Amino acid sequence: MKRILFAAFACLTMTAHGAQFAIVGAKVHTMAEQGTLEEATILIKDGYIQDVLKGSQTVRGYEQINAKGKVVTPGLIGAYTALGLKEVGLSAGQVDSSVDKDHAEHLTSLGAALDVSYAINPDSSLIPIARIEGFTAAATNIERSGFLFKGQGAIMHLTDDDALLKSRAFVSVDVTNSGADRVGGTRAVMWPTLINALTEALEYDKEDWDGMLSKADAEALSHVVAGHIPLLVMADRKADILQVIALQQRFAKLNVVLVNGVEAWRVAEQLAQANIPVIINPEYNLPGGFDRIGATLANAGRLARAGVDVAIGMETHNIRLATQHAGNAVANGMPYQDGLAALTSNVAKIYGMDKQVGSIKAGMSADVVIWSGDPLEVTEAAEQVFIKGQAIEMRSRQTELRDRYLDLEQARPMSYVRP
Amino acid sequence: MHATSLLQRGLVIGLLSAGLAACGGADEQSSASTEAKNSVQINPDPFPSTYHPIPAMTTVIQNVNIIDGIGGLLEKASIVLQDGKIKAIGNSITIPANATVIDGKGKWVTPGIIDTHSHLGVYPSPDTRSHADGNEMTSPVTSQVWAEHSVWPFDPGFQRALAGGVTALQILPGSANLFGGRTVVLKNVPDRTMQDMKFPGAPYGIKMACGENPKRVYGNKGGPGTRMGNVAGYRKAWIQATDYKNQWDEYYTKIDAGEDAKAPKRDLQMETLKGVLEGEIIVHMHCYRADEMTVMMDVMQEFDYQIGSFHHAVEAYKIADKLRDNNVCSSMWADWWGFKMEAYDGIRENVPMVHNAGACAVVHSDSDIGIQRLNQEMAKTWADGKRVGIDISKAEAWQWVSANPAKSLGIFDQTGSLEVGKNADVVLWTADPFSTYAQAEKVFIDGGLAFDRNDPKNWPVSDFELGQIAAGDVK
Repeated sequence: MKRILFAAFACLTMTAHGAQFAIVGAKVHTMAEQGTLEEATILIKDGYIQDVLKGSQTVRGYEQINAKGKVVTPGLIGAYTALGLKEVGLSAGQVDSSVDKDHAEHLTSLGAALDVSYAINPDSSLIPIARIEGFTAAATNIERSGFLFKGQGAIMHLTDDDALLKSRAFVSVDVTNSGADRVGGTRAVMWPTLINALTEALEYDKEDWDGMLSKADAEALSHVVAGHIPLLVMADRKADILQVIALQQRFAKLNVVLVNGVEAWRVAEQLAQANIPVIINPEYNLPGGFDRIGATLANAGRLARAGVDVAIGMETHNIRLATQHAGNAVANGMPYQDGLAALTSNVAKIYGMDKQVGSIKAGMSADVVIWSGDPLEVTEAAEQVFIKGQAIEMRSRQTELRDRYLDLEQARPMSYVRP
Repeated sequence: MHATSLLQRGLVIGLLSAGLAACGGADEQSSASTEAKNSVQINPDPFPSTYHPIPAMTTVIQNVNIIDGIGGLLEKASIVLQDGKIKAIGNSITIPANATVIDGKGKWVTPGIIDTHSHLGVYPSPDTRSHADGNEMTSPVTSQVWAEHSVWPFDPGFQRALAGGVTALQILPGSANLFGGRTVVLKNVPDRTMQDMKFPGAPYGIKMACGENPKRVYGNKGGPGTRMGNVAGYRKAWIQATDYKNQWDEYYTKIDAGEDAKAPKRDLQMETLKGVLEGEIIVHMHCYRADEMTVMMDVMQEFDYQIGSFHHAVEAYKIADKLRDNNVCSSMWADWWGFKMEAYDGIRENVPMVHNAGACAVVHSDSDIGIQRLNQEMAKTWADGKRVGIDISKAEAWQWVSANPAKSLGIFDQTGSLEVGKNADVVLWTADPFSTYAQAEKVFIDGGLAFDRNDPKNWPVSDFELGQIAAGDVK
């Protein structure tokens, strides 16, 4: 079975950046103005989408890839990950997604200046594991920081080379119970600290800075208060989310994204009015703490139906499961197209990357996935993934391990078996 | 298998203490009763189940696709639940009088899901330090502790799992210790006390743990600090337990021979290990790596006990043949990997590869979120296997979440499949449960309707959630 699949796409591995080809006959979710086309032809040239035509078309000079009966989506974008920053998190050496406050105070007092763009390792084994399942890009960021802020995150392509799409693409902050615990032990300290920092950053002057914030923090936050990059705010309970909405109103240009938002459904209308998108794990439905009492599987659906842009995908090693998460959001009331947008176009929009990735239309990076069927079904899979117009090899360390052990009866020890 | 021996032992003890002398029977009997009166007998069930099923009505689900849990798929068939049991199943059945008849067109019926690995109640929601009662991290050997004494029955996680079609589950202590303590099997009918939920007649299990966790926890607390230290720790405990067992065996031999004898001093820690050596307590061993599981199967041979199931078994696919030959189940995730070194070699096809080798495969959760969708976990790994040519039918795969877990918990004689006479632990799904979009519509436990998606009156609400925000909401 595996060999058959490999043979079917063997020609694709030869497709180099710069070639032109057409994906023909699939049902295409463009996640753009053209919506879903039951049968379409996607023209790809020089690493970009050139055109999307209705029906199965033969265009001269374009190598044909037959995708009849398949489903095509834009490459999925990991909304909130630490990809490239860690290999194994526990007792296994260096982890670049975790910041020890005591060792960083020479740089920063509040953590805004932390910058993961220097830390991304495109050779991480996690990257092929995520991309053979349809993920072509990701937002990556510090997971644990002893500071108020988790620093500046980046957007990356899941490629071996030239991976960084945008450095210093956003700043994130945690104002949940655990955030308050780290900063002063109470929201009564944390919120004034946050508001003061942003207020000071409005006054940031590169040439002449003598504010309370470290210069590096002030510089990072100046881009946030100017609205150039979004501020991701992790909050769960209704009261905290209302504070997040008020924060956006207090700073005219601030571009806030709510993260986690376990009780976001309770203020869905206000979030929609304030035009604040939400990145969530839609499967989280337990009252895990006193700021998450209202947790429900209906969260994603209620938000989407109120008109909030929802993104799904908060994981690292298993960011690939975001398709299942979105499927369960749909099973619990989220409209299907919103479920797909939560993995593609909405993520791109949140990070201001929607002119490059997240949809299939002329001019976009040719990040495209051919699926065996509905990508939100747990039994379907990505059959071929393209990034920047290149067919990626559908192998990972995990498929190699699998293939080595598929047949346990070997004459020589397993270490000599090369799949 | 173990259930029977435990039950039989319980009955024998019960009869002895009731005093056969009253019967005035043969000499042998009366002498046995005298000895019994004088001998020390240990009650194997000091925290007995007080479970009462939800009142059952006679229910027929007809015109439905039925996965029977033992490899069969019946299309457009019917199932009859009566007096808490499966009364009939098939394509031509008689509808009993006064039965509630449900049309199952386009829907599916399966055995209830059984999770071999849950910490609900011992690590409940809310996740506060004051509630964290799952890991007795005070010594590497704590076989004297019983998870049931930590179970908080008001954990809302039980309700959530019920909405996912879970009808029974094993609650284990955590994996910090070489011997973590006894496990308990519960019926997933949330109630006032642990005993109200306790699965009648289910044997006890013991949680053991390999690898990183014990050495991390005890490395700076007197050891073990290495994997070889772990193995020395298991062997030391089994030597001690063998000795303890011998003392009791010797004592009973003397008593049986009519000699005077002093009972050994009772030791709760050793009592649990003795139960394992006697085949009455099932070993559930947290173990990720293939090499460690293989060492543990040698330790098992050395001390002549049986491991019921390795848990997590992320590398089971590397030694599926050995697991088959040693008759050890593997309780696995579909796709968790990489969160620590011993989980680094996880692959998506672990479960079907173990099954395909003829070994016993179980899909478990170890998660208050994952337990809500074990059918999807099964479906994922089933489909991944299919894509590499491991062709297993859906009906066969369902055994990973019902029959095989029931076997590894020693309760398959009561539940885990839809066979006439078994407990009516049944789930009606809105669609093919291998689909992301399928949901448990009705869940029956012992024939009683424990959950009905379409009727909020049949959504249990925990004490903790009552009177709070969004109590009784769709969860």
